[in-house]
Amino acid sequence: MSEYLYVGKSIPRTIETDKVTGRAIYIDDLKRPGMLYGKILYSKYAHAKIKNIDKSKAEKLPGVRAILTGYDIPDVRVGFIKDQTVLKKDVVRQFRDEVAAVAAISPEIAEEALGLIKVEYEVLPTVFDPVEAMKEGAPLVHEVDARGRPLKSNILPLPWKFYAGDIETGRKASAYTVKDSVSTTWVNQCCMGPSGCVAEFDMNNNLTLYDQTNVIHLGKQRIMEYFAQIGLKGKKVRVVNAIVGGSFGTKLDTDIYEFICMQLALKTRKPVKILFSREEEFFALPPRQPAIFDIEQGCDKEGRLTFRKCEALLDNGAYTSWGATTPSVMMMPMSSLYRVPNVSFEATCVYTNNIYCQAMRGYGNPQANFAVETSMDTLAEEAGIDPAEFRLINRNQSGDETPQRLKITSCGLEECINSVKEKLDWDKKKKDKKKARGVGMASLIHVAGGARVYMSDGHGIMIKVDQNGCVDVFESGTDQGQGSPTVISQIVAEALGFKPEDISLTMGDTGLSLWDAGTHASRHTFMAGNAAIRCCEKVKKQILDMAVQYMPKLIKGGFKRKKRKDPDFVQPDLDYSLISNPEDMDIRDRMVFPKSDPDHPYFKMDVREIVRSGLHVGVGDSRVVVAEEFYDPPTEMLDREMKGNLSMTYAFGTTGVEVEVDEETGEVTILKLIAAHDVGKAINPTLLLGQVYGAVYTGVGYGLTEEIKVVNGRVMNPNFRDYKMLTAKDVIPITPVVVEPGDEAGPFGAKGIGEPGLVPTAPAIANAIYDAIGVRITDLPITPEKILTALNDKQ
Amino acid sequence: MKRSVLLTVNGERHEVLIEPNLTLLELLREGLNLKGAKEACGIGACGACTVLMDEKPVNACIVLALEAEGKEIETIEGLVKGNDLHPLQRSFIDHYSFQCGFCTPGTIMTAKAFLHRNPKPSRDEVKNGIAGNICRCTGYENIVDGILNAAKEI
Ligand code: FES
Ligand code: FES
Repeated sequence: MSEYLYVGKSIPRTIETDKVTGRAIYIDDLKRPGMLYGKILYSKYAHAKIKNIDKSKAEKLPGVRAILTGYDIPDVRVGFIKDQTVLKKDVVRQFRDEVAAVAAISPEIAEEALGLIKVEYEVLPTVFDPVEAMKEGAPLVHEVDARGRPLKSNILPLPWKFYAGDIETGRKASAYTVKDSVSTTWVNQCCMGPSGCVAEFDMNNNLTLYDQTNVIHLGKQRIMEYFAQIGLKGKKVRVVNAIVGGSFGTKLDTDIYEFICMQLALKTRKPVKILFSREEEFFALPPRQPAIFDIEQGCDKEGRLTFRKCEALLDNGAYTSWGATTPSVMMMPMSSLYRVPNVSFEATCVYTNNIYCQAMRGYGNPQANFAVETSMDTLAEEAGIDPAEFRLINRNQSGDETPQRLKITSCGLEECINSVKEKLDWDKKKKDKKKARGVGMASLIHVAGGARVYMSDGHGIMIKVDQNGCVDVFESGTDQGQGSPTVISQIVAEALGFKPEDISLTMGDTGLSLWDAGTHASRHTFMAGNAAIRCCEKVKKQILDMAVQYMPKLIKGGFKRKKRKDPDFVQPDLDYSLISNPEDMDIRDRMVFPKSDPDHPYFKMDVREIVRSGLHVGVGDSRVVVAEEFYDPPTEMLDREMKGNLSMTYAFGTTGVEVEVDEETGEVTILKLIAAHDVGKAINPTLLLGQVYGAVYTGVGYGLTEEIKVVNGRVMNPNFRDYKMLTAKDVIPITPVVVEPGDEAGPFGAKGIGEPGLVPTAPAIANAIYDAIGVRITDLPITPEKILTALNDKQ
Repeated sequence: MKRSVLLTVNGERHEVLIEPNLTLLELLREGLNLKGAKEACGIGACGACTVLMDEKPVNACIVLALEAEGKEIETIEGLVKGNDLHPLQRSFIDHYSFQCGFCTPGTIMTAKAFLHRNPKPSRDEVKNGIAGNICRCTGYENIVDGILNAAKEI
């Protein structure tokens, strides 16, 4: 009976019905008794000394309950390398620097109070270009480091370096080499639900933070560390998710506004809510990390890659968050996308007075992938090999160990490339090329079985079954819309032998869950799924133990009752040994039965009958059915050389596009987009396609339209009118192709698929545009203006 | 100076005293505690706050509450009848037309008015019909499926 009842089926998202009725409570909708509203005053300059802050007038405004500046709260540093304080009191280094914060009885009064705070600044010299910022004599963004030691340069003490093999050997073996420079810019995650939180302390100074984080346990940890430094050591912290209106990386770090919210709540002794406006979302939240790449690759006569050498420069902005660590993920495509024996990758992060950056779907992968995949095309051209063929020659294969020591256990890349070729009619389009039309492709590798970036990459889960047969799953991840409540209930239903509608899920609450490293890195289905399957085994065992004990009694009791009603009834002679050993029994679709005779006319019993009879049975024999499981896969942290098998498995995929370019206007039309992904196994096919569609749309935006315009440190387009996301009107004809090789380590064979769809989209488009018009746009996004300029230059 | 407004919301009559600069969205969310309509941009550029005013979709974030005087407003909360979901709501669940759900109430209201005008739309017509409702999660494909399938039932 290996056929699945629920896994692999598109079970509807009934578990989330509140989202279609307006009942789902997002942070926006959450109101606690006595709650105040917090607002933040940001810097007026990109770099300045704060001479004086006068809050006296604002304090007198009726309805204002607290105003905080850097002078009112402990001077504690936070952030990835502890390079900022929560409120800035000496120097501001970017426009989003938080200078003061207000709590008031309404958002309007809080806003009005901000206008009454007088801050005197003395302007300091600025630097916005990362290349300039590296030069000697450039204005220093930070005078000292976290420990107060003087700094001499804007270069961050994060030397990202990866080497494998030997570049010179690779060069010597090359018949063809190419060298390219490409760059990517800031894009905003654009969660439709704005950022926000509600902080609430009890009288013992224990905190409940209603929040949107996708790393509840790490978030809690950061807060505990902060508390230890502000005199709240040992106080309890509970982080609870509201329904989250999208995440896409924004919720990976604990942001400054969250610390401010806590400080305001502490000061006022009231719950305080901070909710961002869309404008703040654009200028006061860290966007995707931009990067500039110089990439060089070579191949031999047969087209086999000989080396890949790349240097990256990252405009870090004024402080560090998870943007500064994106090179750790860039190393993955740099070293492991296609077989390449000799690799050198170096990345430099530089402080500037620009906005600083964070994670966004795909992390550093889309940036690096843009460099690798556009360079693959230029090299293919140089070698005179068809770009698809060139990729096939160099494709990754199952059983490979890459230069980064990633173990490729299953790999559907060949099938992905071939299905893109076939669906695009690649060979024919290449042969009979039409004017201004072109095809292009790009592939990806991404972690798909967790990502060990912390000492534990585990996921804890608890499952209980009550006397009514209701299954409560307490899992440690979060849902930001990806549909995990549905996927995990399918997995639990399958593994435990219940129906999806029996299952309730609690997610996103540190008080009700075990450890989890976070719902990031496309790891949730893989981790929580694996934990759930193992946990279900334990729960099932408990139920079957009970079944063995109670089933004979229940069956015999039934016979007795029948006999009472019908004296002629003859009790059948049954072989009760069939149901005497839990190992010989199983549960499926709510029914308990002996494995040797699944359709036995008497020994097939509703599991609810068993728990109803077996749980509450008097002193000594009553029990609960509950188990917990902690799944921490046998993966490796990257070592000092940045090598190690950090994920149990890896996702592969290829995006192919056909475009038409209007050479008069520079407008690009996507005629076809094939997104082929090796997903291991689709637990819920339609839900999975939703991940692919969403990621592809964001990827097309990354390629063609999206760009935060930052001029001298200031965000010039902080709204949905001037920042161009795709709408339903920008019809992208997507054909998804789901490749299911199945992965041994995955839950029912599944790999993570949250991020991959975005990763290769922009380079595939860039390659198609080149094929169409013979000019290569090397900086994202590829706007009509850039195309026209390039066409002009060509003539 | 507060002004009084008389309006019908989801079939119930309300008389409210409001500041003249209050938006319809603020009135619905804060005044009447109907949290279904969402604010995602506040400038009429995303459709998350869409409600129906006399059956026409409006971006409630840029409509003054005063303009609703004498009008019938319908919000996502008004779609459920007793225990029954509206066919659009049912279809959105069955076709995975939402992920985070933040854009969903607005999109469903837009779709309701759209299907009223155009009961048998083509796929492209639906895409045009919801062009004012930005969704960052779904890539729209499943939303369009949800609307097309609901159209069969309405
Ligand atoms: S919030 Fe009203 S249109 Fe965006
Ligand atoms: S479902 Fe998240 S924005 Fe549409």
